Amino acid sequence: MSLLNDFKNGLWNEHPIFRLLLGMCPLLAVTTTAEYGLAMGLATLFVIICAEIVISLVRNLIPKKVRIPSFIIIIATFVTIVDYTMPAFFPEIADALSIFIPLIVTNCLILARVEAFASRVSLKRAIADALGMGIGFTWGLVLLAGVRELLGDGSVFGVQILGEGFPTWGIMGLPPGAYITLGIILAVINQIIRMRHKKTREVS
Amino acid sequence: MENLLLLFAGTVLVNNFVLARFLGVCPYLGVSRQVDTAFGMGMATTFVMVIASVVTFLIYHLLLVPFGLEYLEIVAFILVISSLVQIVELFLQKMSPTMYRAMGIFLPLITTNCAIMGLALLIVQEGYNFVEALVFALGAGVGFTLAIVLIAGIREHLEIADIPHSLRGGAITLIIAGLMALAFSGLAGVV
Repeated sequence: MSLLNDFKNGLWNEHPIFRLLLGMCPLLAVTTTAEYGLAMGLATLFVIICAEIVISLVRNLIPKKVRIPSFIIIIATFVTIVDYTMPAFFPEIADALSIFIPLIVTNCLILARVEAFASRVSLKRAIADALGMGIGFTWGLVLLAGVRELLGDGSVFGVQILGEGFPTWGIMGLPPGAYITLGIILAVINQIIRMRHKKTREVS
Repeated sequence: MENLLLLFAGTVLVNNFVLARFLGVCPYLGVSRQVDTAFGMGMATTFVMVIASVVTFLIYHLLLVPFGLEYLEIVAFILVISSLVQIVELFLQKMSPTMYRAMGIFLPLITTNCAIMGLALLIVQEGYNFVEALVFALGAGVGFTLAIVLIAGIREHLEIADIPHSLRGGAITLIIAGLMALAFSGLAGVV
């Protein structure tokens, strides 16, 4: 039961993007199309799972004082793997994400989860948490990227959705579009949460 | 000389690290409640950026390239940057207590600031020489300071504004950041 809770935590209650506001840089930078958003999400998912597994396994071997540098090196190792694998298999996506793949290493989401969670709990719980956080981060990225692609290009994942006559919003592909869209999504999610709170209060 | 000036102005205004490149967004949103602290954070970041760019430049060209170890770039840079921040912190504490008081608390936060790491990676990617790298780092720092001080000024005024509940906190800050990015993108033709 608690494993399921650890997993579900990252999907909504402690959603890394919408609730904790972590990992903003890659989130804003790569979400011009849903495809890039998904790619970034999966890359981060891979790193966070591997890092949480390894750190949970060696957590008792690392002296407390040097734990942060040790965590960073472990994370950096997996980021390097992604950084070299991505261009080999998906050169076009790797090109578009450019320096944001190596920058997964400074994604505060990963370090925060590793420090607050993986270094304290058993392997099973660490994996559940990593999966939840990684998938939560991915759906956040895809949501933001989907909205931006839909309004900016009229398509999602390259599939044309809005009609030919739709005047595309060029701004969505540019930095201001990223900030404003995320701001509005955050406000909508806050509103949903407030309404739910109200409902539960009325029932009880 | 002219090239360097253009590079500096371009990095501060047009390719602003926060508003155009999305580097350093976490402190930009997190430490921008008050102008004073935002300025301290900006100064500390600039300081570390300049030092980090020099050190990572030397490490890359004198250590990684001669030995064919470019693939260790990420591990080496992140290690150097995090230890550098610690050294700077210790050094400031001993040498200049006033400066330490002004920006000491921000230094630990800078380690996971992707602007520093991004700067080091961009310098390698763009193939800047030593002087260009230095100017680029300074421009990045000044651009970051400018952006964070401006948004802190706006947010101070927001404290007394009546904002709809669900927009409070992160949401309104992001929308303001978007409008600022829009304003800065108007400068694209200048440089």
